[in-house]
Amino acid sequence: MPLLEATGIVKVFGKLTALDGAALTVGENEFHGLIGPNGSGKSTLMKCVAGAEMPTQGKVSFVNRDITLLSPTERARAGMSLKFQITSVLPTLTLYDNILLALQAQSSLFDLVFSRTRGVLHDQVMRMLSQFRLADHAHDAAAALSHGQQQWLEIAMALAAKPRLLLLDEPTGGMSLEERRVTGELLQPIKQHCSLVIVEHDLDFIRDICDRLTVIDQGRVLASGTVAEIQANKSVQEIYLRRA
Amino acid sequence: MGAAKQALRATASQAPGVSMADNGLDRALPAQQAAAGRKVLPIVEGAVLITALILPLVLQDYLTVFATRVIILALFALSFDLVWGYAGIMSFGQALFFGSAGYGVALMARDLKITSIFLVLPAGTLIGLATSLLLGGFLLLGRHPSSVIFVALGTLTGSYAADRLARGWYYLGGQNGIPSIPSMSLGSYDITEGPVYYYFALGILVVVYLLCRFLVRSQFGLALAGLRENEQRIAFFGYKAQHLKAIVFAAGGTIAGLAGSLYAFHEGFVWPNMVGVVISTQVVLYVLFGGSGTLIGAVIGAVIIEGVSFWLSDNYRDIWPILLGVLLLLVILFRPLGLISFVLGERERVGSFGVTRKEKRNAAP
Repeated sequence: MPLLEATGIVKVFGKLTALDGAALTVGENEFHGLIGPNGSGKSTLMKCVAGAEMPTQGKVSFVNRDITLLSPTERARAGMSLKFQITSVLPTLTLYDNILLALQAQSSLFDLVFSRTRGVLHDQVMRMLSQFRLADHAHDAAAALSHGQQQWLEIAMALAAKPRLLLLDEPTGGMSLEERRVTGELLQPIKQHCSLVIVEHDLDFIRDICDRLTVIDQGRVLASGTVAEIQANKSVQEIYLRRA
Repeated sequence: MGAAKQALRATASQAPGVSMADNGLDRALPAQQAAAGRKVLPIVEGAVLITALILPLVLQDYLTVFATRVIILALFALSFDLVWGYAGIMSFGQALFFGSAGYGVALMARDLKITSIFLVLPAGTLIGLATSLLLGGFLLLGRHPSSVIFVALGTLTGSYAADRLARGWYYLGGQNGIPSIPSMSLGSYDITEGPVYYYFALGILVVVYLLCRFLVRSQFGLALAGLRENEQRIAFFGYKAQHLKAIVFAAGGTIAGLAGSLYAFHEGFVWPNMVGVVISTQVVLYVLFGGSGTLIGAVIGAVIIEGVSFWLSDNYRDIWPILLGVLLLLVILFRPLGLISFVLGERERVGSFGVTRKEKRNAAP
């Protein structure tokens, strides 16, 4: 049984059909790339999976449970985590507090009011910060970080709650080549405990870190398979040639 | 060491605007800077407390009565600050909870002859809690997250409707309200206006202030910081954002209820304005003027606005509302973070929420 299975997803915005029966299947500990031309519907598909949009039709199941209509909060509590396309770290808080905020999300109200979990979480916060090479900035406001560092902080926050599935919407957007390389390195170790869905324009980046790919075109799945299969696929080559 | 610390503080306070950029250059300093900068708030809090403690000793009696009223309004301002400054909920009808509690205890005293402090204050507080739970549940706990405008209009309407209701309802005294409420009693002793009431109200303000301070600096306070900055983001972390809001809204209502009951007994009467838009707006001004998102800012705002209005109305009898309006506009235009931002930097205002040094020492054996 796959970790995530979205089938027959239709999403209509007014007169525009953004998704027309798209599907996505992700296994345990799998890095799955979601690619396609601009406007193909891949971001919308991601949002339907994450709960930021509700699909007009179709079904999303996660860890053997139908989550199609669950709120983002409930999805997060079931083990799904999302990094937004636009960085949304909390700029006035320190990096430390940004991570703590993500880590303590599922603490009870009582624990929060009496600050009973921050002692326990301290080591985890520092570990996340050093894993993402941000420990030196722990007590700076997040607004002081470079764009690339903010993206890493955001990934660290999305990973903080130890999700089973992490959804990354354009994690390398606006990054330099060097920062992209480091992002790839930073993501590798999480494979031991987490699956990943990435929407990304940088095909080299996708090829380097993903196991499987799904290609979306005009709201439908054009092809899905291993990286090698997709590279050999004629119709995929065609769209990318056509649009290029 | 002392001198070094002072030097650090001096550099930190000289350039609050550029400190963020500076942090990028010098890695050794930020923690120390933060530690040194964190000292401003306790100093302000201490100064306000000491001033408040000695005030009745130097003021004439009629001014002590006025100061008591201001202390109670400062308590009311705290309730709005918690809701708006910390949770980002625009409650334009905070007087609804203040006034409902006031009317509630006034009716208890008038019709049931209950004036015992141990009954009326808890009752007023409960009225504040109950009305804010009802309204908050309705406005904040819908299927979809409610917008700021929806909540602002909802609370405003609630307050306005209560005002109209109080004006039209004969049992509540109509336009005139409920006059000559008997004094609050402690055993056979009547707590009447004057130094005793002043110190009693101040005691309550200090206790509530400390409770709020504890709350906003806890991990719950961190969740609130996330809530007011980006509600959608923290929902994706798994926070029940709407529940958090409803809880803070109810906490604010509770404090407003306590303040309202103190106010009713202090003034000796309640009138429709007390639940209405006028007082609701006044509390918004206190907090914006003093500095929302800092507890002491709310207190300072209430004290200064009330103090300045008092002085102006004495000295410029005809045009004082205009002068006050201009002053408020100037502060809000040029100091959107309130008067407190003259001495308090952004970093310290937001604060940090990690383990305290004491907790760390206890954790490390």
